[in-house]
Amino acid sequence: MQQEVILAMLAKEPTHGYELRARLRQALGPVGEDLNAGQVYVTLTRLEKAGLVASETAPGVSERPDRRVYELTPEGQQRVTAWLAEVSWPKPDLTEFHLKLVAAFAARLADPVAIIDAQRRELLRRLRDAQRAALAEPDGSDAALLIEGIVLRLQADLHWLEACERTWTTRRRAR
Amino acid sequence: MTPLLSARRVCKTYGRGEALVRAVDEVDLDVTAGETVAVMGPSGCGKSTLLHLLGGLDRADSGQITLAGKPVDRLSERGLARMRRDTVGFVFQAFHLMDELTAVENVELPALLAGRSPRGARRRALNLLDRTGLADRAKFLPAALSGGQRQRVAIARALANEPVIVLADEPTGNLDSAATLEVLRLFDGLHEAGQTLVIVTHDSRIAATADRMITMRDGAFVDETRLTGGTAGSLSKLAGLED
Repeated sequence: MQQEVILAMLAKEPTHGYELRARLRQALGPVGEDLNAGQVYVTLTRLEKAGLVASETAPGVSERPDRRVYELTPEGQQRVTAWLAEVSWPKPDLTEFHLKLVAAFAARLADPVAIIDAQRRELLRRLRDAQRAALAEPDGSDAALLIEGIVLRLQADLHWLEACERTWTTRRRAR
Repeated sequence: MTPLLSARRVCKTYGRGEALVRAVDEVDLDVTAGETVAVMGPSGCGKSTLLHLLGGLDRADSGQITLAGKPVDRLSERGLARMRRDTVGFVFQAFHLMDELTAVENVELPALLAGRSPRGARRRALNLLDRTGLADRAKFLPAALSGGQRQRVAIARALANEPVIVLADEPTGNLDSAATLEVLRLFDGLHEAGQTLVIVTHDSRIAATADRMITMRDGAFVDETRLTGGTAGSLSKLAGLED
């Protein structure tokens, strides 16, 4: 996970590591299930070394083993502000698959339509999993919105595969 | 286990000579009781024609279809009509509700046509509307309902005579994303309750609710995959949390 995410989650107020993890769990729901608990602490340590986060031990607040409270330094604040303003978006990597089809057909190495079918099987399985998770989420949860995004992306990929299928079945027929 | 629905070398052609179209070309299909099967394919691939043949809405040129022990291809017109009414529940893209009947009247109609008592039919219809989350819309005309609600009424109607199988033709084809989710939830519930379902669609969302997905092209099955028990990996991977 990106360091900036952890930083931004700290921006609300100085926080314990476990509280931070609880916030992440809340926002991610089933998507965050496999999240390694240690990852948050590793990231916090790195951020501290980089001077973006400062921490101190809160004396005797609770029985919990983790009593270190983290907060943003002014540099950390700046980084969060810059990150929020940044326009970045993960690139969908379609090029590799596209070229795979082109190369397979040109060299008569494999049937591009069979490659498309295999890809569709995999994407449908993923869509099924994402959809199961979507149906299980209570209405209006933060995680439901994220899962909706995952579902829509998979649908878009499957739409594109349909377009691939149309083109490559036609080309295959014409050969 | 004997399949609930079984098709062997089923063919259906339209036109002749140069214009001959093999809409369904030697299709074999077995559907087990309780299973949800999705048939996907580009428009014109023959999937709707296939569904019509399976449900006895149309007759195959050749091949055998057996549904719940009955030879669909050898039934008389009368027997076919009875089978459509008592054994099969149909769901269509365009809902096909009667505009002048209320939701509950639409749902009870198949039971009345099957000769059930008006009281019994009404009770069951209200029950089904409750199951589809539309108890408070029972007295509404279709025109006063949203697309998703209309399709849910149509699904309730399809269940009126406790069909052994529900055949759905693009059930989410006319619906927006939120309404699609309503229908998905409903189908999912039916599946959980053990209802056998065959859905033809090009909506990947509804196909993904199936146990098994079949790809159809040019009238024939070209690919098949089991979606349950897959190894798609974790959601966090899908979300890009892990690489």
